[in-house]
Order: sequence, then C-alpha cells, then structure tokens
Amino acid sequence: MKSSGKVVGVNGNMVTVEVTGTVQLNEVGYVLTEGKRLKSEIIRVNGDRVQMQVFEITKGIGIGDPVEFSTELLAVELGPGLLGQVYDGLQNPLPELAKEAGHFLERGFYLDPLSKEKEWEFTPTVSVGDSVAQADVIGSVPEGPFTHQILVPFSLLGSYTVKSIQPKGSYKISDTVAEVEDAKGNVFPLKMSFEWPVKKAVTCYAERLKPVDPMVTQVRLIDTFLPVAKGGTYCIPGPFGAGKTVLQQITSKFADVDIVIVAACGERAGEVVETLKEFPELLDPKTGRSLMERTIIICNTSSMPVASREASVYTAVTLAEYYRQMGLDVLLLADSTSRWAQAMREMSGRLEEIPGEEAFPAYLESTIAGFYERAGLVKLKDGRKGSVTIGGTVSPAGGNFEEPVTQATLKVVGAFHGLSRERSDARKYPAIHPIDSWSKYSGIINPDQTEYAYNILFRANEIESMMKVVGEEGTSLADFIQFQKGELLDAAYFQQNSFDPVDAAVSPERQKYVFNLMMEVLTAVLDLSSKDEARGWFNQLRQLILDYNGSEWQSEGFVKLEGEIKSFVADKKIRVDENAAALMAKN
Amino acid sequence: MRKVYSKIDSIVGNVITVKADGAKYGDLAEISTSFGDSLAEVIKLDDDNVSLQVFAGGRGISTGDEVRFLGHPMQISFSDNLMGRIFNGSGAPRDNGPTLNENLIPIGGPSFNPANRIIPKNMIRTGIPMIDLFNTLVESQKLPIFSASGEPYNELLARIAMQAEVDMIILGGMGLKYDDYLFFRDTLEEGGALSRTTMFIHTASDPVVECLMVPDVSLAVAEKFALQGKKVLVLLTDMTNFADAMKEIAITQEQVPSNRGYPGDLYSQLASRYEKAVDIAGSGSITILGVTTMPGDDVTHPVPDNTGYITEGQYYLKNGRIEPFGSLSRLKQQVNDKTRDDHRALMDGMIKLYASYKDSLEKQSMGFNMSDWDKKLLKYGARFEAEMMDLSVNTPLEKALDNGWSILAECFSSEETGLKSSLIDKFWPLER
Repeated sequence: MKSSGKVVGVNGNMVTVEVTGTVQLNEVGYVLTEGKRLKSEIIRVNGDRVQMQVFEITKGIGIGDPVEFSTELLAVELGPGLLGQVYDGLQNPLPELAKEAGHFLERGFYLDPLSKEKEWEFTPTVSVGDSVAQADVIGSVPEGPFTHQILVPFSLLGSYTVKSIQPKGSYKISDTVAEVEDAKGNVFPLKMSFEWPVKKAVTCYAERLKPVDPMVTQVRLIDTFLPVAKGGTYCIPGPFGAGKTVLQQITSKFADVDIVIVAACGERAGEVVETLKEFPELLDPKTGRSLMERTIIICNTSSMPVASREASVYTAVTLAEYYRQMGLDVLLLADSTSRWAQAMREMSGRLEEIPGEEAFPAYLESTIAGFYERAGLVKLKDGRKGSVTIGGTVSPAGGNFEEPVTQATLKVVGAFHGLSRERSDARKYPAIHPIDSWSKYSGIINPDQTEYAYNILFRANEIESMMKVVGEEGTSLADFIQFQKGELLDAAYFQQNSFDPVDAAVSPERQKYVFNLMMEVLTAVLDLSSKDEARGWFNQLRQLILDYNGSEWQSEGFVKLEGEIKSFVADKKIRVDENAAALMAKN
Repeated sequence: MRKVYSKIDSIVGNVITVKADGAKYGDLAEISTSFGDSLAEVIKLDDDNVSLQVFAGGRGISTGDEVRFLGHPMQISFSDNLMGRIFNGSGAPRDNGPTLNENLIPIGGPSFNPANRIIPKNMIRTGIPMIDLFNTLVESQKLPIFSASGEPYNELLARIAMQAEVDMIILGGMGLKYDDYLFFRDTLEEGGALSRTTMFIHTASDPVVECLMVPDVSLAVAEKFALQGKKVLVLLTDMTNFADAMKEIAITQEQVPSNRGYPGDLYSQLASRYEKAVDIAGSGSITILGVTTMPGDDVTHPVPDNTGYITEGQYYLKNGRIEPFGSLSRLKQQVNDKTRDDHRALMDGMIKLYASYKDSLEKQSMGFNMSDWDKKLLKYGARFEAEMMDLSVNTPLEKALDNGWSILAECFSSEETGLKSSLIDKFWPLER
C-alpha cells in the first residue's frame, strides 16, 4: 500500500512532509509541483512528519503540494547495457536526457537507465529443475568485449527451482527469460535486469580474500613504489591544481582491469567531457575495442543538485559490485569524495544535527569507512574471483591533510598517494609526494631494491635540507653525489611526461627494465672529482634518460640510447656500492 | 488578484516572517515601506510561516508594512536593449536609462547537461606573455584572479576585457568601491567597449542581499546571449564579497557555520555560478573571469580555496605580476599543442628553471657563495621577470616564444635547459 502526503515546509533542498500511512527510511517519494514529479528520499521520520531530501531544484514548491511515496528504496537497475553509458547520480542516462530535454537539465525528467527496446542474444546455462540461489548465473548475453551473465536477482533469498527457461534467442531486458519457484510454490518471473538498493552492499559471494595482485596503472611511481592491489583501496588527497583529476584520467585509461567506473562527484563538468569525448576514440590495448565499451561514467557535477551527488557514489559502487559478481576486475574512481562528504554536511546542517569537526556530521567516519569497505577481492560461489578496487580523490580544505575527510579516509585505505603543491608548482608530474605517501600492497618490483632506491631519496632529501643551511660549499662531494642521485631518480624515474605518447604510460616490463638501469646508476660508486663535474655529468645523464624514456619500447632509438647511457655510466663507474652488491646479484 | 498581508511577525536582519498561504519556495514578494518599495524572496516555508529575504535590507521595516506576493520567482528583462546599460543587483537601472520590463527571463536556471558540452578548443589571445605563453586562456573557461587586496586586479580585468576577442562583456560588480565602478565604466567607455557591455553593479554601500543576485542575474543574461550565438565574457569582481554576503545572511539565519563562519554549502553555491561557463555546440559561449581577493593573502582561506577546486585554474596576482607558481590554466593543453611545436616544452622548461632560480636567490639572500650554475640562474631569473612576467609587456605569443629561446640561449648551454634534444636542434638560436 503506497502512502501519500503533503508538503508542510521547505528549506533549501529539504522538504517536510505530513504523511498518511506507513513510510520507510530512505524510501523514494515524488513531490508534485508545477506538473512535475521531483524525486526525493526520506532521510528522517518524526511522528507523522518526515523530512525528505529533494534530488532537484526546489524552487516553486509550495505548502500543500502533494507527495507520492513509492515503497521502494533508492535503487539502480542492473542488467546488460550499462557499459558505455553516461549517467547522472540517479542513473538517468544524460545523452538521452539531452535528446529529450535539450541543453539544460530540466527537473523532473527521469528516463529508463537501460534501453527497453534493445534486443540481446540470450544463451541459457540452466535447465528446468536446476536449483538456483541469489546471484547464480542463469544465462548470458554478449555485451561489448564481455560475456554479461544474467544473474538471479540479489534480492531473492533462499533457494529456488528453475520452473521454465527460455531457449537461446533474442530478448529485450523486460522479457521474462526464466521462472523460478521457491519451496512454498511461489513462482517468480526473472528478467534480464533487476533493481538493487544502492546503499546496501552486495554480499552474494563465498568469501572475501586479501588483495595481493598489483593493479598496474602504468604510472612508474605508483607501480614501482606505491602500488595498488586489485580489490584494494587507495586515496589521492591533494590541494587544487595538484593534478588529482589528471592522475585519475590517466588511470582510467591505462589501468589493468576489465571495467572502469568513473564517478565524477561534485567536480567540474568540463573534466567529464574530456573523458566523454576522448574514450570512444581510444582503443583498449587488452581487447582492441573502444575504451568506452569498458567504461561507465556517473556524472554528478558540481552545479547539479547536491542530494543526488550524495547518491552518486553509491550508484557507482553498486554498478561495480554487480560486475564483480561476473568474475570481473572493476576499478571505481571517485572524484572527489570530499564533495560527497560536503553533500552530507549540507544535509546534516538542514536537519539541524549537532555538528562535529568543521561542521561535518558525527557519522562522517563510519560512512566513509562503509563506502571504502565495499571494495574487495572476492571468491564467488562457483570459485571464480572478482574484484572492486576503489580509488578516491580527496580535496582537503586549504590543502591541509589534517582535516576530517582526509583523516577518516586514511584510516580505511590501503595506499595513500598524497599530492604536493610544491611538486605540482615545480611542474612535476605526477605530483605524488614520494616520501609522505605510502602503500601497504606489494608491487611489481623486488621490495628490497625499491627500498634501496627509496633510501637514496630519503638521504638526498636530508642532504638537500642540510645544503640549504650550510650551502653547497659546506657539503662533502660524496654527499653532493648522493644528492644528485636522488635528483636523478626523481627527474628521470618518478616523473613522467604526461603529454608524451610513450612516456605517459609505461608497461610493467619496461618499468622493471628501466628500474634495473636506474639501479645501475644508484648503486655505482662514481669517479667524479668536483661538484661542478658531478653536476654536469648528472645533467647529461638525466638528459639521456629523458630522451630514452620518450623512445618507443625496444625501437632502434631505444636500443641506441640504452647503449649510450650504459657506456656513459661505465666511463665513471668504479665499482658497485658494497651495501648493494648482494641486492644487484639477485638479478 | 493577489492577497496583501499586512502583519509582519518577525524581522531578523534582512529576513522577515509573515503568515501567508499559497506562497511558493523562491517566489518574489513586494514590500512597501515608508522608505519605498523593495523586492523580497521566499527563502523558507514552515507551515503557514513564510520567511522572506528583503533585498533592500530589514532596516526601517515596520511590522505593519504591506507584503504582496508576485507569484513568480526573480526575473530579469532580456533583450538587445541591455547593451551599454548599467543596472543594480535587482535589475533596476543605475544609469539614467528607462526601466526594462519586456521579455522577462528567470535567473538561476538549471545546469547545462554535461553530455552536451564540447571540448573547448579556442584560445583567447590577450598579448600578456604570462597568460598566452604560460597559462593560456581558453574560450568557455572559468578562471579567477587570486589577488591580495591592493593588487591591480581590476586594472588587469579591464585590460583583458579590452583586448579579448569577444562579442559581449557582462560585468558583475559585487561590493565594488564606487571609484572602482567609475573606473570600469570610464575605461570601457574610453576603449569603445561600453556599447557591447552590460553592467550589473552592487557597490559596497548597497543592501547586501542585492550582492547575492549579481552573479545570477549576470549569468542568466549571459546564457541567453550565448544561446543566440554570442561569445560572452563575464567579469565578476569581487567573488569574495559575494561569499561574505552569503556568510552574513547565513549567520543571521542561524545556520551552522562550517569553516571560518562560511556556510557549509559555500562550494556548491560558488560552483553553481562558475559552472555556467560553457561552449555551446553550434552556438555561442560563456567565459568567466572572476576576481577573488584573498584576505591576508592566504590562499587557504575558504573562498579562494573552494574557488580553486571549482575553476579551471587561477591567475595568481602578486606584486603587480602574474606569478608563475600557483597560476595555472587547466585548459591550456587543449590549445597549446596547436600553436607551435615548442610551446609546451618551452613553457615547462622555463618554469622549471625559474623555480631553480628562486632556490638560488634564497641561497644568495642567506649569504652563500654562488656557484657558476647559481650565477647563470640569477641572470636568467632577472631576464625572465623583466621580459616575461612584467604586466606591461604586450606582445603576441609567437614573439614571446622566440624571446624565450633567446633568453635561454644567452643564459645557458643547451643541455642545461633539460629540454628535448629534437626541440633544441630546431629552435636553439645559432651563435651570434
């Protein structure tokens, strides 16, 4: 029985409604205003009055406007056809919306997330009499480069017997492809799509595993030194202009996963457009097909209503969990989780809740933890593995990592890629601070070697701060060479040229290869007799390696430059540093 | 036939409350006081209590004054008659021209569908090397000028406005000193640009609520012109005053402040204005240049901080120059690969060297010996500041690039610049 009500108060995007009948927390309702139905969600119940957040502009709502309730929670539709789509935070397809409503996002327009007309080639994989449970596979359809499995809806608890199944053929997602029967004899028709409430995690797997395999991003600094694991979580906090979004965009192109979901949450619309226009043209090296076919974009940019911004990260993670159920590796990039937290703060303020730190609500930490915990590597009931990796950017106020959202995020993630204003001002890309950042995952290179390289960087950093006090003339030649080694590692390995087609993305093979070459230099005791000679030598070497980084892998130029670098280094190399001899011998 | 309410229950700051029915959220009302009529906007509905924000301020309102609901939200007249005119925040004329009432359009409309946006592709040339070469301005960009008080930000804004190739300029002034308003008016008039300009001006002594309307009114008009195919440049100065007006009003309404007294939705409020910048496929465009003054020259202050997260870069004005550090045009890579082969590399290379120069300068000031390398950097830095950063330099991009190479060649040997060898072969000036 659907309840109804009428508006008795409006304050910003929150309306107060007097209800007759029963309602549920987080139930979806519609405010009827000026002939439009404005989607809203119940966020507080208080006697016969409920408070709802409206996912639209509230202008024009008046006292007494009728409200209809749906008895359903805020949900997304899951089924074939999600890939390649561009949705707003409530899963409205934006390109279709543009065709219907023109340039602007007129409120009260809601379209089907998945095309009801499109036909899919269904192949059944169960037979009449088989026993099935939630999330079991009953058939499949081809979707782009993937085999999209048709699953028993996650909401069907208990076990069922297949009563009928359609033969191989073309069906629309609204067609019934199977019927299942429970122990009591109730029959449920199954379609190719079903709904799932976004704020509930999908847990239809056998067990959660520890993330171990690295998720290659083709960014040297990340893969070699600050790796991310498939099924893991990481965050990228940084002040504005430090390159969070550029890093996310590069990751969305090159990450070694099956599916990428980009949640543009409260950020600039222009950035989404770059992805939108660029991806259909780019090819996925793994499948040779358009990158867009492995991507879903959830786009709730900063000027769109704030309540649906809050919903958008949940929409994104639910879609990710759905594809994980098919044994795929999914990467969710959320940009930016701070805007999502601010959306919570705005609503908390309207509800007149007692504010916590910086007026964020007291439940900020548990909400952030709950979101990141939806990532994970899981073993499905049939033994296959799937993963959801979450990478979230954080936009800390004033670039200060001590603020509540960054701190709450750091508590729950497995890797921290902190961007530094200093490095981005010096035009260093990626601007990840190599010393402040950390990762708990294992990467593609022997950790002993990366630790050796890291120590050089630490030492170089110390020498640099010392030099600022005692000056270059007060620094010993040995220390000065150590400092130059650190600078070289930074300039020629940590930094990449994101505009250079070769250097923008570096395969793991090449990373291992070039890292070995770097280690040759870092572990060498060098015959350099003065600081000026050392500076000149390192400048030339850096130039050589930069050119080398820009040359096509294993091309003629690559081989030639490698030869030059090796002989250039050999000229001045006396021997291998004692501490590193054992390390280098392992290769 | 509209009902008139003549009992005002409460007056708190600029907000009055009346008991009324049929009022809609966001609607306008007219209130007649002994000091004249003022508009007011519905900002809260609670049963039959209607809270209204009075544009002219709460001062002098009597509990017996009449409130008449107009039954529509804030509107502004839109037509070509706006050209060359000057208005205040509620759309009333500031010049001596007639009041405009035809073709009323709503303000603060819905946002542009991201799926319909296109990748910006046109550079806007300004003749300022720090902009054209290092941080290119792009059509449909939204960019603030971060500035300490006392910097010549309005002069810079006016100069960009005069030199930029656009069809229309809309100037939104918030909390402007009266002198600054006159400066803009006179400069644009002398430059012959007033006839393609519309101004919405709120000066520091005007009622604070009108300050809030300025960006919305300016952008609503800009949007209509852009839809007609015009390239519109919107200049907003100063957005910090706008944010302060929001703060003032939020606090009097007893909202929970989040950071230094600003309301929690500061980011969303600023974003909904800046995000109006757009390039409409097959039609016109809106480019927004705003001024954000930084109280205490502190970029982490909530207003510049939130602005930085919204806009596509920023120009950082310091000591009368656009600082290379901190200044950034995020859209520059959309256009600076189409200008000249060396544009990007030279831009990065020169900035890296300038950063090293700053280090050497610091060493020098602490009294350390200068190595040969330091001396080269010091020479470079001085030339860079004089020939690139000085705001009086007015030169086309190509000339600025050529000059960049000759500065490098006169200060360094080619491998010291860290530039790719292929570019050095092509552009390094030959020995003279």
